[in-house]
Amino acid sequence: MEQFKKIKSIVTPLDKVNVDTDQIIPKQFLKLVQKTGFGQYLFYDWRFENGDKPREDFVLNDPKYYDSKILLTRDNFGCGSSREHAAWALLDYGFRVIIAPSFADIFYNNCFKNGVLPISLDSQSVEKLFNNSFEVEVDLQNQTITTGDMAIPFEIERHRKKTLLEGLDDIAVTLQYEDKITMYEKSKSKF
Amino acid sequence: MSRTLFEKIWDSHIVLEQVNGPSLLYVDRHLVHEVTSPQAFDGLRMNKRIVRRTDLTFATMDHNVPTTDRSLPIVDQISSRQIQVLEKNCKDFGIELFDIHSPNQGIVHVIGPELGITLPGATIVCGDSHTSTHGAFGALAFGIGTSDVEHVLATQCIWMEKPTTFEIKVEGKRKNLHAVTAKDIILSIIRQIGTAGGTGTVIEYRGESISELTMEQRMTICNMSIEAGARAGLVAPDEKTFEFLRGKKYVPKNYDELVSHWRENLKSDTGAHFDKSFTLHADKILPQVSWGTNPAMTTDVTGIVPFPEEYSKGNPDEEKAAHKALQYMNLKPGMQITEISLDRIFIGSCTNSRLEDLIEASKVIKGKKISPKVRAMVVPGSQLVKKQAEQLGLDKIFKNAGFEWRESGCSMCLGMNPDILASGERCASTSNRNFEGRQGAGGRTHLVSPIMAAAAALAGHFIDVRELDLD
Repeated sequence: MEQFKKIKSIVTPLDKVNVDTDQIIPKQFLKLVQKTGFGQYLFYDWRFENGDKPREDFVLNDPKYYDSKILLTRDNFGCGSSREHAAWALLDYGFRVIIAPSFADIFYNNCFKNGVLPISLDSQSVEKLFNNSFEVEVDLQNQTITTGDMAIPFEIERHRKKTLLEGLDDIAVTLQYEDKITMYEKSKSKF
Repeated sequence: MSRTLFEKIWDSHIVLEQVNGPSLLYVDRHLVHEVTSPQAFDGLRMNKRIVRRTDLTFATMDHNVPTTDRSLPIVDQISSRQIQVLEKNCKDFGIELFDIHSPNQGIVHVIGPELGITLPGATIVCGDSHTSTHGAFGALAFGIGTSDVEHVLATQCIWMEKPTTFEIKVEGKRKNLHAVTAKDIILSIIRQIGTAGGTGTVIEYRGESISELTMEQRMTICNMSIEAGARAGLVAPDEKTFEFLRGKKYVPKNYDELVSHWRENLKSDTGAHFDKSFTLHADKILPQVSWGTNPAMTTDVTGIVPFPEEYSKGNPDEEKAAHKALQYMNLKPGMQITEISLDRIFIGSCTNSRLEDLIEASKVIKGKKISPKVRAMVVPGSQLVKKQAEQLGLDKIFKNAGFEWRESGCSMCLGMNPDILASGERCASTSNRNFEGRQGAGGRTHLVSPIMAAAAALAGHFIDVRELDLD
């Protein structure tokens, strides 16, 4: 996985609560057998009408946000289905950071596996970003979001930060403990 | 120290524990399906890795499969390819597959229990959020993404931060055991705690009205734990659990020995501490109908489509969401739920496609005809459910009433196969998600119990099933 560097970009404001993974990537696009190429289908039913005509009132279709790498949204983002295609679609489209007051568990976990940083911020800070942000810089190393003269600190679990910064391969890490897995299988496994 | 059921299962599966970090947990059973696994197998190939425990890994195809005649080729080429890819992956890596022609094929969360792959006290994962279903057996079961599917294939373990515990007590007795179902219990819970009410937690369902449920009903409850945002849902196993699994194809040979151990150990100790608690009184629960675009947007069948400002209780984000939901659903605040007329009826999905669900629904429609306005479909959860239902003659009851009787699969719960709603169509569905476009772009979903769906099929609109003579 690619190492996570500082991200500087305009913020795309998606002002909705409970955005589910069915909206992030509708089911008709889950049939691909690779991890790439999902970006074109991101938020498909909100982005397009009649299949291919961009809906003018949807934020991703505003040219201002075409190169955005940071998505700002509301509570419980990524709820519903476990489909990792949601994280793949966001990444493939160009988003590397998602900022929201809260995330659904499986989606949150899936992001880290793909080098996408989900940041949980208190609702007040999210509100500030909705009101003020234009371009912001996300610095994972120092755990801050900076915009103009505003610097907002954020929390992140230490091991998750390390995974992103170093671009670690989870499986390789786990296989270092293979003796422990074998020991578990020999002594504790009941089934 | 007294521990909860969840803590006992968690503790007994720790391979490695770290200070301030996730634990490495052993996985007892891994279920695989065609949609969330291709990229995982590719990852294994790229890194020249093997599947560590093929004997603990089981695969089936359910999301994509057509529910029409299985002797015909699959028309959708992309679906067909995904199914072929799973066949190849299972062959290459040595995994047992219940393919489209297998008598054991079915929705992964239906076949796990009916084959005895699901076991009390086990850890079970699958690349599907409704893996929480298996918690009905006292298993710690949760959905994972494709990267974790690959991780489990390679290591038989998963890294996980310890969730917190959430006790949900359903006290007292339901007033009408046929009309008020497990589906109504879980929809009532989600309606009250919200779609993020369980985030970060493992729910243990307890209380009189949980104990009295059959295994199939407990599965319906645990299945929708994810709709409240929970990592998993659990019910402590009891004699019903042990009897349900006894003699099933894949239960271990030392089953009786295991049962003695489970009977002794698999329950929360008296005085065990839960991080959160919520109590619901079963006698107050009425048949439920969802009106919006998430499962918490639900109300009583006797109720009205709510006014957003009342529904949202002062939360501006929720109020906006409710307005948007009503617009999408094309409903006006204040209208009676029973005035909502329907185009489609879907009885199926990992929530409500088991034999008991079909028996209950068939009682309502026996000897009657569905409304000429609706198209209705029954999709049994598995080939085994289908066979058992046919032995009871349920297929004839449904067909005579005007229902389509289909082959097993996920079908119109998520519409990855040809079973979808047309834009604007309104469906009474026994599935678990009423998200925008879930059953087809522009389709409108109302979540209900099988018996509510069956009654709506006859009337062409929702009716209060408590008015029916169901005994």
